[in-house]
Amino acid sequence: MTTKQPFETLVTQHGPVVWRVCRAVLSIPADAEDAWSETFVAAMRAYPGLPDTANVQAWLVTIAHRKAVDVVRARARAAVPVAVLPEPPAHRDATPEHDSPVWAAVAALPPRQRHVVAYRYLGGLPYRQIAELLGGTPEAARRAAADGLAALRRALTTTDLEGEDR
Amino acid sequence: MSTDQHTPRPEALLTSVPVPGSTLERLHRRLEDAAAAVGVLDVAYTTLETPVGTLLLAATERGLVRVAYAREDHEKVLADLADRLGPRILHAPARLEPAVEQLREYFAGTRTRFDLPLDRSLSRGFRRLVQEHLPGIDYGSTQSYSAVARSVGRPQAVRAVGTACATNPLPVVVPCHRVLRGDGGLGGYIGGLEAKSVLLELEAAA
Repeated sequence: MTTKQPFETLVTQHGPVVWRVCRAVLSIPADAEDAWSETFVAAMRAYPGLPDTANVQAWLVTIAHRKAVDVVRARARAAVPVAVLPEPPAHRDATPEHDSPVWAAVAALPPRQRHVVAYRYLGGLPYRQIAELLGGTPEAARRAAADGLAALRRALTTTDLEGEDR
Repeated sequence: MSTDQHTPRPEALLTSVPVPGSTLERLHRRLEDAAAAVGVLDVAYTTLETPVGTLLLAATERGLVRVAYAREDHEKVLADLADRLGPRILHAPARLEPAVEQLREYFAGTRTRFDLPLDRSLSRGFRRLVQEHLPGIDYGSTQSYSAVARSVGRPQAVRAVGTACATNPLPVVVPCHRVLRGDGGLGGYIGGLEAKSVLLELEAAA
């Protein structure tokens, strides 16, 4: 009989991957943290019903996609001009301190390329599944990934990457 | 070609961006809080260093459900809890704070009774009956397996009392270490005989 691993194991094994995916898709670190949290709470809720044969990383990345979309929508709603600015939540002061120039290059990609690059190269999803998430064909997803990667290569060769290590 | 050597491979750069440990810690704490708040945390656990080694403490919403010695293999204990109580298990120390505090006091010799909600769902039948009797044995005193058998109304069930003690899911807090053989011998103990001696000496000294 197969039994499920304690959820803690999933957080340890896949937490960093989900964070990179959220960070690449959302560009703003605090948004990425919101999406990460929403992803793992939703995953925890659904975990007892997950088939034991499921690819856990792919499952988490697809949830992360939905949660990232939710965060973008929430931000769009919140962007209505108001006379008095709302108090920012406490975690908004979250860390740009360790930020890598890679994220700036990813943030500069068109949204579709950014999503495809995140799900393919950070989340490890196959193009067929990326096409299901984003709409369009697997071939179009493959082209967007190639274009995104080429743009990243151009951006990163002109960035002072050495600065990251100092 | 010489420029290619210095051209970073973007996919390798992407996957190697470090995730700050402080970020992951903060996110984990947020998950602990959120999971408990929305009621999806089946079991919270933490560990505590004590004179009898590292103890694993686990609690459901109803109370402390498991105390495990290192020799029981904490990974295996968590896998067993996932199987029996649900897989939504997190290292989430907040729920264990009262248990940690009382165990610290106990090992410091300043606490002689535990006052914690207990979830006894890991025990059934006669074993549970025996385990529920054990806190009735006073701090610093002991009872024989046969005396316990008589107390629970089954004087012939001495071996079954031994099994109930050996399978106590809440050692230390439910004091199965206070049950000895009729000749004063230690009998057995889930945490090993050395741990049993340490607990009995601690209680005798207080």
